[in-house]
Amino acid sequence: MANGNGRVGLKERLSQAGDHIRSSEVWTSIFRPGSPFRYGYTDSPRNRSYVIMNNVLYHLHPVKVKRHAVRLSYTLCLGGLSFFLFILLTITGIFLMFYYRPTSPQAYLDIQALSTDVAFGQLVRNMHRWGAHLMVLTVFLHMARVFYHGAYKPPREFNWVVGIVLLLLTLLLSFTGYLLPWDQLALWAVTVGSNMGAYAPVVGDQVSFALIGGVQITPDTLLRWYVLHVLFLPFIIVIFMAVHFWRVRKDGGISGPL
Amino acid sequence: MAGLPEHLLRRSAEARAKAEGRDVEEILAEMKGEAPAPEAAAPAPVAPAQPAATPAATAPAPASATGGVRDIATESAATGVPEALLQRAMEGRARKEGKPVPTMAAAPAATAAPVAAAPAPAAAAPPAIPDGVTTQRLLTVVKAGAIQQVKSSPADKVNVWPHLLAIEFVALMVVMAGLIIFSVFVDAPLLEFANFNEQPNPSKAPWYFLGLQELLSYFDPQVAGVIIPTFGVIGLAMIPYVDKNPAVRPSDRKLAIMIFSFFLFGAAILTTYGSFFRGPGFNFSFPWVDGIFFDF
Ligand code: HEM
Repeated sequence: MANGNGRVGLKERLSQAGDHIRSSEVWTSIFRPGSPFRYGYTDSPRNRSYVIMNNVLYHLHPVKVKRHAVRLSYTLCLGGLSFFLFILLTITGIFLMFYYRPTSPQAYLDIQALSTDVAFGQLVRNMHRWGAHLMVLTVFLHMARVFYHGAYKPPREFNWVVGIVLLLLTLLLSFTGYLLPWDQLALWAVTVGSNMGAYAPVVGDQVSFALIGGVQITPDTLLRWYVLHVLFLPFIIVIFMAVHFWRVRKDGGISGPL
Repeated sequence: MAGLPEHLLRRSAEARAKAEGRDVEEILAEMKGEAPAPEAAAPAPVAPAQPAATPAATAPAPASATGGVRDIATESAATGVPEALLQRAMEGRARKEGKPVPTMAAAPAATAAPVAAAPAPAAAAPPAIPDGVTTQRLLTVVKAGAIQQVKSSPADKVNVWPHLLAIEFVALMVVMAGLIIFSVFVDAPLLEFANFNEQPNPSKAPWYFLGLQELLSYFDPQVAGVIIPTFGVIGLAMIPYVDKNPAVRPSDRKLAIMIFSFFLFGAAILTTYGSFFRGPGFNFSFPWVDGIFFDF
């Protein structure tokens, strides 16, 4: 314990303090057995199982997966990345909500201020926007990879259908967000987009009326789409994601190998 | 019962003695195989009213090894399934086959089964379970496999930690880094304030709808805006129920892959076309001649 001149060195003190903290009751209560952060963790097969089993991650991952399932070339991580992007969009989106008011013309002014007055405002807005486009892309590609692997075949038929719902919700999330900057691009892209829906027979007019809150887009539409975008659709998509992930595991884990 | 520790045997014997109201030592000897344990003797004390010859227990089991008449007690002794369950199964079978339901206490004459002999037990069976003994009832046996895949064929598996989590972490970091770097250098568009009186020319939907918008210039809005997307989504959702081919190897599902790829490439081409090759008035234009009319 002591160094050459008989005194306890800084390094030892630090490591003792570290051990002390990591064996404290508070620390032990946070990190469950098997956690790599727990005092006395060793890399053993049992602890490798415990890392997952005693962790909130157990809701997403089993303890073990088929060997081919961890090959990057199988899933290309596309489903996982879609989920990760969703988390990222939630985080950046919450940041944006602090600075945004869904009224006209305030919405536009707020977005403008974001790029000039707010620290990291422009960066976070960029991440939110590019992340959203990327998510639409990864979800599409995820669907394609699932198709080309035949991973929708029994018993995974229903999870494919859940996936289609997720695809539609992703598109809706992106589309409702598109209006929020309240600039020329937003207004007219959404006008063109929602005009397409208005052609639906019988219910077309009602659908577009309910969606945009009138016969044409007005500042009221802004509030409506804001609520859909930040609350309603995320709420729904999270539920479907939960079902989706649950089914992946209940259907016997990832499909394959080919 | 070879190999069982003595104290476990004893505990089990005591429990059974308590349940059956017999002597512990006797049962213990029986368990160890020292005393002959007559097959029919075991259930007899449990339900005195239904001795080994219970006539009602005549399932016309054609597949049965004994070739016909079997009674509940011996069957129970042989298989270890509780008598009550056997009785219930038999009743169920009789009901299904439209025969009168045999009951333990009822007159066996009612059953048309080939009864060997033995008169009907006159009294109803007294409760077979002595006081103070808790029993459990088997409600039903649920077969697995409906939702859950429980096939446990040996598979080559690896621990999620560290193998999968490490990969996921790296993938996550790569995408995150890429997104941040891209966002540092490329700003999200923000045009002029929304103006209801001034429609930009051309006006384009978000890129993922541009394939549809492109279709709008060929077809009636009803077709391009409603019928095609509706059928597209329904068709997508129905793929697993239409494609009945169980194969997953690409070489065994050429048709499915061809059809899907056709639509995928079609959508990609239409989207690219609508995004980059449509200028003012949504008329055809070369992006390198007239410029790009596209915003993310
Ligand atoms: C928000 C959108 C979505 C998210 C976050 C998501 C997430 C995931 C994840 C994490 C997996 C595990 C395997 C992998 O990463 O590939 C998975 C599997 C799967 N997904 Fe998705 N998904 C989404 C959309 C879709 C869509 C649009 C479809 C199809 C129409 C789909 C169908 C499936 C199927 C069938 C599986 C099982 C694949 C297998 O066992 O190999 N998902 N999804």
